[in-house]
Parts: sequence; structure tokens; C-alpha cells
Amino acid sequence: MQKVQEELSYLPEEAVSEIARFLGLSKSEIFGVATFYAQFRFTRSGEYTVKVCLGTSCYVRAGARIMETVQRKLGIKPGETTEDYKFSLERVACFGCCALSPVMVVDKTVYSRMTPIKAKQVLSSYH
Amino acid sequence: MDTVTLIIDGKEVKAKREATILEAALEAGIYIPTLCYYPDLIPFGACRLCIVDIEGMRGFPPACTTPATEGLVVHTNTPKLQELRRNIMELILSEHPYSCLTCPKNLNCELQRVARYIGLEKVTLPYTYKELPVNRENPFFDRDYNLCILCGRCARVCQEVRKVGAISFTYRGSETLIGTAFNQPLQEVSCEFCGACIDACPTGALMERANKWEGLPDREVVTTCPYCGVGCQLKLEVKDERIISSIPAPDGTVNHGQVCVKGRFGIAEFVQHPQRLTSPLIRRNGELKEASWDEALDLVARKLKGYKADEIGVIASAKCTNEENYVMQKFARAVLGTNNVDHCARLCHAPTVAGLVQSFGSGAMTNSINEVGNAACILAIGTNTTEDHPVIGLEVKRAVDKGAKLIVANPREIDLCRFASLWLRHNPGTDVALLMGMMRVIVDEGLLDAAFIEERCENLDAFKQALNDFDLDFVEPITGVPRDKIAQAARMFATNSPATILYAMGITQHSHGTDNVMATANLAMLTGNVGKPSTGVNPLRGQNNVQGACDMGALPNVYPGYQAVASPAIREKFEIAWGCSLPSSPGLTLVEMLEAAYRKEIKALYLIGENPALSDPDVGHVRETLAKLEFLVVQDIFLSETAKFAHVVLPAVSFAEKDGTFTNTERRVQRVRKAIEPIGDSHPDWWIICQIAKRLEAGGFDYSHPFDIMEEIRYLTPSYGGISYQRLESGGLQWPCPSDDHPGTPILHVNTFVRGKGRFIPLKYVPPGESPDEDYPLILTTGRSLYHFHTGTMTRKVAGLNIIEPEGTVEISPEDASQLAIAQGDKVRVSSRRGEIRVKAKITEASPPGVVFMTFHFVESPANILTNPKLDPISKIPELKVAAVRVEKL
Repeated sequence: MQKVQEELSYLPEEAVSEIARFLGLSKSEIFGVATFYAQFRFTRSGEYTVKVCLGTSCYVRAGARIMETVQRKLGIKPGETTEDYKFSLERVACFGCCALSPVMVVDKTVYSRMTPIKAKQVLSSYH
Repeated sequence: MDTVTLIIDGKEVKAKREATILEAALEAGIYIPTLCYYPDLIPFGACRLCIVDIEGMRGFPPACTTPATEGLVVHTNTPKLQELRRNIMELILSEHPYSCLTCPKNLNCELQRVARYIGLEKVTLPYTYKELPVNRENPFFDRDYNLCILCGRCARVCQEVRKVGAISFTYRGSETLIGTAFNQPLQEVSCEFCGACIDACPTGALMERANKWEGLPDREVVTTCPYCGVGCQLKLEVKDERIISSIPAPDGTVNHGQVCVKGRFGIAEFVQHPQRLTSPLIRRNGELKEASWDEALDLVARKLKGYKADEIGVIASAKCTNEENYVMQKFARAVLGTNNVDHCARLCHAPTVAGLVQSFGSGAMTNSINEVGNAACILAIGTNTTEDHPVIGLEVKRAVDKGAKLIVANPREIDLCRFASLWLRHNPGTDVALLMGMMRVIVDEGLLDAAFIEERCENLDAFKQALNDFDLDFVEPITGVPRDKIAQAARMFATNSPATILYAMGITQHSHGTDNVMATANLAMLTGNVGKPSTGVNPLRGQNNVQGACDMGALPNVYPGYQAVASPAIREKFEIAWGCSLPSSPGLTLVEMLEAAYRKEIKALYLIGENPALSDPDVGHVRETLAKLEFLVVQDIFLSETAKFAHVVLPAVSFAEKDGTFTNTERRVQRVRKAIEPIGDSHPDWWIICQIAKRLEAGGFDYSHPFDIMEEIRYLTPSYGGISYQRLESGGLQWPCPSDDHPGTPILHVNTFVRGKGRFIPLKYVPPGESPDEDYPLILTTGRSLYHFHTGTMTRKVAGLNIIEPEGTVEISPEDASQLAIAQGDKVRVSSRRGEIRVKAKITEASPPGVVFMTFHFVESPANILTNPKLDPISKIPELKVAAVRVEKL
């Protein structure tokens, strides 16, 4: 399942059916295992993955406002993908760079000391 | 030592060595509260309510996962245990609504029982309501996961016992739910609607919709399912003189608490259907009009009196009880004076009777259903077991689970292929070539069981001669199966013992059906797989009592117990018993009777509970024939397609309104028990026949109850000699059971074959009657679906089954479909040399290129308009499985 997700970025229904066929199990059983782990996604992810940290340090420095801003700007909630498959949004609990909090990470680029305005600018730079 | 002794609550308890403490206690009648334990499932240890105190052991182990070992001293009900259980129960109830008074499961709820037992008075924890919408998207049951306690019994029974896995635990932690892949409807996750999940559910989370608010039944009646030949034991729940539900009897010998969708959801609705016939009908001025019983019976008696014996045909029914079939053939022979009596076994297992009698001496399933699960190798040829005999399908899956090799030989990709070690996709009608090819490999490689053959069989040399023609160079192109696979299958079957053969209509419904049957018998003998547990040749019979109807002599050439009509000594025995003289020459078979009727040689036909106007090959011709009859009497519970041709229609009762016995596919005679009073003014078939017999001034028809008939049957039928209603109260009995102290016979041919020596029969390959050609380039093969039964007289009356499978389709391979420019769901015309029908196309890889498939359940698209009536010369079965057809897009 990890390999399939690596290839497709998520586990679509067809893939779950094929995995089930391959393993001689039912697709409900495969889905049951996949949903047990946080790592599997069932929707296609966007071109860029935006992660907003809500760990302790980011939280006390108003990370929640950053998250709110990003949600409003992209029109999606954490775990979802924009209709044009440009952005996916995830909520993360600490990147281990608390000194830079509040942080937002787009793919592998870390943006530090975020404010709502800066967050909007960062997102715009990817359009 | 197979048992251990332990002490539970001060009581000495003996238990099987592999039993758990919980099982030992249950066996001894000691209650230990539990919510996740369920018989036949692997212990789960999830609910923690069955914790016990074991002297000398630390902590409180759960009884369901702790083995019962010698000398344990167990306490199940100490104050400490009860306190812990109350704490656990509080946690469960913090997520379970307390709205018991408005819950459909009230008073029948295991949660309530456990709460009562542990004395839970109040829940101090805060309560969370999950606020999930009730899922009502399938036609049979509601799923309210607000009431679910996550014991997992539903998902486990679906995965472990049924091997379907339609539902599973999904998500994690506080969000855990029983669900389907992507929360799809059950119809889309291969749910078979067997209802096992509902039966397993301890709470009201899963409830059958039809009886959700009925409350507890007034009484329960254990009886035998009226659908297929498996003979599942059902419990009919009756309330206010109506059947409210049919559930599997938990201790049924055959089905062990399992049934299929038809037995679970397809009973009450057809039995109590508003279209049931409630009054006799007589044709007046071309129309069937209601009449009184006296009028109708007088008319039938008067008319029948007007024909010579050979002008009358009698068709008995594999749906009726043994007692009724016995009375029917007695009526034909003793009162009408004709041996023209037959029934639909002619269309299913006549080759089995003809073939296995020649090979072994007895034409019945050699072994028992419960042995299949212990086989080391299973050859399933010409049987779609999971669809047509679902509960035997569970046995096959159980065997595979335990490591058995499964060889599936079928042109179509059936569900069993998922479980198979080897799938031989041979061309329809090439079974003899395939089996002979396998046997050639077994002989060439010296894998035959020489000792068994030497001691118990004859005619091997002539048979080996015949094998010379079946070189794999010859077999491979005919069957279309790669030679390596044939050889592999041969080795697999010969080297894994015990090996068993299961077959059904895919073997018999051919113009060389008897040869096919004898080929399976040859294979079993060659590998020494006869007369031992989990071996044998096992024809799976289609109708609930087709075995019994044959046993009762509803056949033109034999009296009850296969005693030949042509034998003067036997005829004399029956003449004395019945007090009359009997005809000496065998009568006509079903297909021959219809032919004779077409030629106006048979002028009157008396037919019970059969529907040849939909079930027989070339039904266009059959309908013409029925219309030619001067007098047709039909006895049925519905106005079937055939009854519409009748001059008199007599309303019979269903299985739920009468007493009697059915004999299932493994020769097990089981009771049918009356659950409700007859609907309207209907009567049991045996009563109706007796009334006509009395009007014809015949003696010997004064039965007051089927009990009297069974007493007469066992007096005249050696193999049923020891089968009495009294004995059947404690479970079914398998014939031969010649005397009151005989335990019945689960396995035939144990020390010697019924005919003495098992006979190898040399065979030749004969192609099917029709091969594809330019005009009709495809092969049509027919079969059944899980959701309907035969001509749908019963199942088409059940709304839920019609929702799941509303109409017939023609299944066609993607290759053929694209060549014919047919898209999924397109209307197409299917035509053969006999006629044509219009039906929707279903494109599926289950069909091999060149072969299309249809079921014969649907009157709107009657597959038997197309099928070939060419007969097997020995058994007179028509070739229902192979017809050349053309498919065109409309």
C-alpha cells in the first residue's frame, strides 16, 4: 500500500480493489487497514502540499490564525485538496523548528515567523 | 486423553482438550457474560467481560482466550470480577444510547442481559452520542451504528466464516466504525446478503427491516429450507399466526447456523404473498374462474376417468415432500394405472442416477456435506457452488482455509476461482475430454491407486484402452486448456488425499451427460477416492427434495427405493401392499411425455409444483404442447406460467403450512414442520391427491397425517426402513437406514460398492449437439444466480431480491462485446435455432470469449426459448448447457 501511494500519491478506489485482488482479501478489509494508519490518503493530493504547524510553540504564537487564513485563502479544510488539484492542506503537530514559529511548510520549503499577510503572499507565489 | 477436567464455580467440568474455559463453561451450562464471543469464530478477547479468576494465576484472564487445562480451579462470579465487569460495561455504555424502550432489540438484547447479570445500576461516566445517520440503503436490513458496541462479530463472521469480507473495522480510536470500503453501499462491496452479520449482532445495530418492530415471536418452528438441495435447517419465527422471520437454526447439522440470502430473507414474503392461490380455479369459457373444492375435485376425477391409462401423464414435484411424491406416484400407478410419472430430476440429475448406478450401483452423493471441509483436494467441476449451493460453498472455503488444494474446472470465472489453486477454463461440453486427459496423465505417471483398484474395481484394462485416445495432444485443442495445467491438475488430484469431486448441472445437462458423470466416477476410482471420509463423487442436487422425489419413485421405471417396475417379484410386492394390479412396463420420461402430448398421444396431464413452461428446453415448443392438451390439472401455490394453460388449478400450500420430510443432496431425510395454517382455502398436495383418489373409488388413500404415509413408505422402501418421525425429531437420518437401530449411512460404498465391484467405464469424446458456426457463432450456457431460484415462482415474489437482481442479462466477454459494438447495459437480441429473446447485455470478464451466459429465472427473458432439447441417449436429459446462438445489438 505504501508503494502504491508513493506512485499515485494516494489510494484511489481502483487501487484498493486491485490490492485486495492481489492479496486475496476484500476491498473493505484493505480499506479497514488503510484507514487505521494516518499515513494513507484516499483523495488525490495537490501539486503542492501545504502543512501548517499547530504544535505547542506555533500554537501559542497564533498558528491557528495562520491555519484559518490558509483555509480561507484555499477554500479547503485540512486533509482536503483544492478543486484545481493545486494545493493540499495538512495540519502538523511540530516540525522541530520551534524557534522559527509559527511555521508553514510547502513541500520541503519552510516559511518561518508567519503572519496572515505573509502566509497569503507565500501561497500567491505558487500560483 | 481427549478431555481435561477442571473445576468451574465448584463444579467438576469435563471439556475437550482444545476447548477454552468459556467453551467448557458453556458446555457445562455455566453462564459467563461475554459480548464478543460467537461460536465458530476465532476467539477475539476484545470485550473483556468474560474475565475469570483462576486460582494460582495472576490477574484476571479472559475465559474466551484461555485454554481449559487439567486441574484448573476457576471462579466466574466473584465480587471483584463483577466490579471490574461493571467498570468495563460503564465504558461500553458511555457510547451506547439508553433508549432501550424504543429500541427494536429490546428484551432480546445481549447487552441488556449482560448488564442485568453484572448488576449495573447506573452509569457515572459522561455519555457521548455518535450522531450517525441510520444506513438504510440495502433492501433487507438497517445499520444503526449508534447502537454498535464494536464487538466485531459481524465483520468477523463475514470474514472468517463466509469469507466475503464485505464489512470490516475502519478508522481508528474513538472514530472506529464497522464499515465498507469507501463507505460504499453493501451491494458494491460484494455483500451476499446472507444475514450472518444480523444473526451475530448482540445489539440493535443490525436489524432485519421486515420484522424490526415486531418484537419477540410467539413461537419458533424448526423446519427445512425449501430452496436448494443443501437442506439448511431454518427457524421460522411466528407471531399472530404470521411468519415474521426465517433465521438459520443454530444447531442445524447441515448448515451450522448459516444460510444464504434466499433462506434468510426470501421465505416469509413468498409464503404470505397476496398472489398465493387461495381457491380452486376451473376454466370456463376460456377463462380460469374460482370454484369450490367439491366442484374442482369432482371435475378432475370425472375427467381422468374418461382417459385410458396410457393417455395420462403425471408430473410430480421435487419441491414437494417425500410423502406427497409417494402418494403421487402411488396414485399414478395404483389408481390411474400408468407408469407415466416423472419429475424435474430428468432435467438435472437423471445422468447422475443413470451414470453412478452403472459405475457404483447407487446414483446418489457418496459422501456428506460436512466432510467436504476436511478434504485435502477438491475438484469442483460444472458447479458454481457459492451461487447455487452457498452453504456447501462455505465448506469448500473452509477446506481451502485448512490448506486444501481446490481445482475449479469451469468455462466461466466463478467466485470459487478466487480460492482455487488451479482453474481449468475448458470449453463448454468438453468435460469428458478434460477428465479423460487427466486420467491419462495419472495412468502414464503411475499415480493410480493400484491396491484399491485391484481389490475393489473391475474393467480397468478396457478403460486403459480407451485412455489411449486421450493423449494431451488431442485433449489440449479440444478443451482449450494448456496441457501443463491438465497434467498439474491430474497430479494435484492424485497426490492429495482425501480428494473429493463436486459437480452439478455443468456435468449433467449435456447430450452426453451420463458419460460426464461416469468420467467423474472413473477418476474417483482410479485414485482410490471412494468409500472413505472426505472423498467420493458428490453430485450437488438443485431442488430441496429432488433426491427424495427420486427416492419415492416419482420416476417412470422404479417404485420407491429404486425398486424396478419391470421386476415381477417387486411388482407383486407392491400389488399386494396397494391391493391392486399394476402396469408392468416402464412409463415415459418427462420430456417424452411432453413429446407424446405434442403428438396428442398423451391427452391429460396432472402436474404438481413444476413450471415446464419456463424451465424446460425450447419452451416455445413446450408451450405449444401444453396448449394441445385436452385436460391439464396443475397444483401449485402460485398461478405459474404453466398453470395459465391449465383447465383446473388446485391451490396447494407452501412448505411452511404442512408437515412432511425432504431428503437433501447428501441423502439426509429431514423434517418439514407446519408453522402456520394454510393460506386461504389451500390444502397440502397429499390431501388433494387423496381426495381425487377417493373420488375414483380407490382404497389405500385414507391418510390422516403425513406420519401415516411415512409409515407406509418405510414398510415398502428398504433404504427408508429405519426412518420414522420419532427418530427424525432428534435430527436428520441419511439413507440407507434399513432398521430402527441403524444409525444411517454418511458414506456410501465403504467396504464394497453397492453393485459389488466399482466398474471403470471406457468413454469416447462426443462433441456437444451444436457447435458455433457462421449463423450462430457463440455458445450459450445457462445457470442460476444466488439471488433467484429456478423459474422465480418464489424468489420473484420477494421485493428485496428483485431490487438486488431485477432482471436477467446476457453475460458476454469484453472481446465479443467490442466486436459486436455492444456497450454495458445495451439491449440485445439473442437468437438460436429455436427462437429469440431480448435482454440487456452485461459485459464481464467472467465470460470467456465465444461464450455467453444467462440464468433461466426470468419470464421476461426466458433463456429456455433458446436452449437445445437434444437428449442424452441414456438418461434423456436435454442439453441445457450448450446451445449455439447469435447476439445482435438492437
